[in-house]
Amino acid sequence: MAIAANSAASFLQLHQKKPHSLFRLNSRNFVSFSSKSSSFNPPMASLSVASSTLGLSETFSKLKKEGKVALIPFITAGDPDLSTTAEALKVLDSCGSDIIELGVPYSDPLADGPVIQAAATRALAKGTNLDAILEMLNKVVPQLSCPIALFTYYNPILKRGVEKFMITVKEVGIHGLVVPDVPLEETEVLRREASKHNIELVLLTTPTTPKERMKLIVEATEGFLYLVSSIGVTGARASVSGKVQSLLKEIKAESNKPVAVGFGISKPEHVKQVVGWGADGVIVGSAMVKILGEAKSQEEGLKELAEFTKSLKAALL
Amino acid sequence: MAFSSSTSQLHRITAIPTNSSSSSSSSSSPFLNQSSFLQFNKLRSSSPPKSFAVSCVLANQSMAAAVIDESSSIHQRPDSLGRFGKYGGKYVPETLMYALSELETAFKALATDHEFQKELDGILKDYVGRESPLYFAERLTEHYKRPNGEGPEIYLKREDLNHTGAHKINNAVAQALLAKKLGKERIIAETGAGQHGVATATVCARFGLQCIIYMGAQDMERQALNVFRMKLLGAEVRPVHSGTATLKDATSEAIRDWVTNVETTHYILGSVAGPHPYPMMVREFHAVIGKETRKQALEKWGGRPDVLVACVGGGSNAMGLFHEFVDDKDVRLIGVEAAGFGIDSGKHAATLTKGEVGVLHGAMSYLLQDDDGQIIEPHSISAGLDYPGVGPEHSFLKDIGRAEYYSVTDEEALEAFKRLSRLEGIIPALETSHALAYLEKLCPTLPNGTKVVLNCSGRGDKDVHTAIKHLQV
Repeated sequence: MAIAANSAASFLQLHQKKPHSLFRLNSRNFVSFSSKSSSFNPPMASLSVASSTLGLSETFSKLKKEGKVALIPFITAGDPDLSTTAEALKVLDSCGSDIIELGVPYSDPLADGPVIQAAATRALAKGTNLDAILEMLNKVVPQLSCPIALFTYYNPILKRGVEKFMITVKEVGIHGLVVPDVPLEETEVLRREASKHNIELVLLTTPTTPKERMKLIVEATEGFLYLVSSIGVTGARASVSGKVQSLLKEIKAESNKPVAVGFGISKPEHVKQVVGWGADGVIVGSAMVKILGEAKSQEEGLKELAEFTKSLKAALL
Repeated sequence: MAFSSSTSQLHRITAIPTNSSSSSSSSSSPFLNQSSFLQFNKLRSSSPPKSFAVSCVLANQSMAAAVIDESSSIHQRPDSLGRFGKYGGKYVPETLMYALSELETAFKALATDHEFQKELDGILKDYVGRESPLYFAERLTEHYKRPNGEGPEIYLKREDLNHTGAHKINNAVAQALLAKKLGKERIIAETGAGQHGVATATVCARFGLQCIIYMGAQDMERQALNVFRMKLLGAEVRPVHSGTATLKDATSEAIRDWVTNVETTHYILGSVAGPHPYPMMVREFHAVIGKETRKQALEKWGGRPDVLVACVGGGSNAMGLFHEFVDDKDVRLIGVEAAGFGIDSGKHAATLTKGEVGVLHGAMSYLLQDDDGQIIEPHSISAGLDYPGVGPEHSFLKDIGRAEYYSVTDEEALEAFKRLSRLEGIIPALETSHALAYLEKLCPTLPNGTKVVLNCSGRGDKDVHTAIKHLQV
């Protein structure tokens, strides 16, 4: 609880000194949120989040006791717009998500396939930026029961300053961080700053990762281990590689840390399969992003998202 | 601070009066020189390698020990993590980490692979057409003479005379051989102006490898001739429509392909950019440019060049020329970037002049980016310089003050394009024209008889289509 108090205190301090420093808005930003920004109280929101929502590893511990597997959907912030993202987070939460991964759109997303690339391009074209996303989260996170992990490339973090980035995301109630273009060797600064600010830095291992290296990654990861199911970028695939089964076995022999499988998981059948192989969580991204990106209206997209999430959740039960 | 210590190391090294003839005398093979460096790198903690010691015997004996000792530190650039000071590194998805370490191991093993070196030397000589001449540009020199008849002497390192018309093939041919060693039959590459794509398609045809080239859709339009050449050579050219449809997007797409097909595919990255070991490896494969220049300068005027000038997009032709002379403190190194419509117009590709430190395509370096860390669309009339990043070693050389970087506009480059055509009967690439344009500012400041070597990195046939729209001739 000391942490929660600290975080709230520092937030208040920051706000008293520079009332608008956190949410520096410019004309490109998301208008409806900026117009409402005076109607909520960020310090209280931050306080309530920090004291009520479990972190990533705590979430896995709780699920393990209950004999459950985590459902981890991914969506891109700002696609098709931030108000849809805000609603989508609530939908995902209420339809049984255990952790939500929220992608910060980036101009050069190396690890992403066409679906998430296109979503990022659309989001950026609408003027979505980190400040606008954080402002949206500050309002929505208190209404969620599950923790959020941000999925962002390294350059936007560097630009803001690693420490400042951690402080800022912690203040809006983010619990975890996935940075797909920072492999183990380059994580030193990120890990130090993340741990200082109580953010869990999730590392990835892949089918091409040699066993000795995988052991080091398992040791260093926080929250859970992200097992990339296939060699390639993000995106739906027809089936899940059988290699995931042996990889899970190898990882489980090394560590008790929870393992979530992602990249290419897009159907209830896939979910069933990887759960059968012993995964502690499943991450579904492109399939979710596609639903929101292709929907004719916000309402339709959210409805379909709810149905899809429920179908995945059902496969876990 | 690791950074400041490497800076002072460099200054210590360069303060030592090294004997220039010692380096040029080591080997006639361009690759053997660098392989001795590789051996040295591997063995640096134990004993200095024989080849290096032998070449130093020719220098002052008492100095030789100091040279060996100090050179070990400069030759550690990059360090084991691929860092040039704080720049470089490996910022890539985990899937690629194994391939990068496999590549580094294979590259290092070349040091002792005499068969590889023999094959590469043979191809560089008989297929690429090396060595390339160091040509005295008499009328260009005359053009920059002051009223009193004084001025610098300008030499062109004729990389435009290489097979396929640019320096790019030095690297492409070596990496294709390396891919064969790794047992990878599928080759991918990115290209901007199309020169690297053509070079890659060429060597793939020569070695019977499958070749896929990623090229921005906008660049394909600007460089239609090169697109046809690549297809003629049997390569598949895949248009990239995402982002700004230029070199940065083609590079991202090539990296995505590599992430997906890493087990069967080698990525022939075309510049001294990208994740480690590429900046080091591509530099070494182009280092032949500087090595030949040293030897040719010694033959032509019995000394070294005073000033080296090269254009910088990613920076491979510049690194290829500079690398040999980085330790020769009295040789000025000048890189020329593309200022597009002007350095303050927001439409340029002057990364080192105007960029900020960040991470793109696997390396930390200077970048053109906005306040949110999103990459900004660059602009240059030259597709080969139209890149928002730059090789990490250039960022390092800039920060420690060893190299100077300037920029010239599209318009100035076009003037230089025309000037060299008229004065020397050489149509330079628009990329090269940027380096040539900087002579306008540089030459009036240089003392009489200053020996300037400018890397004539490519020929301009590919650019006439672009130039027609802008030039009255």
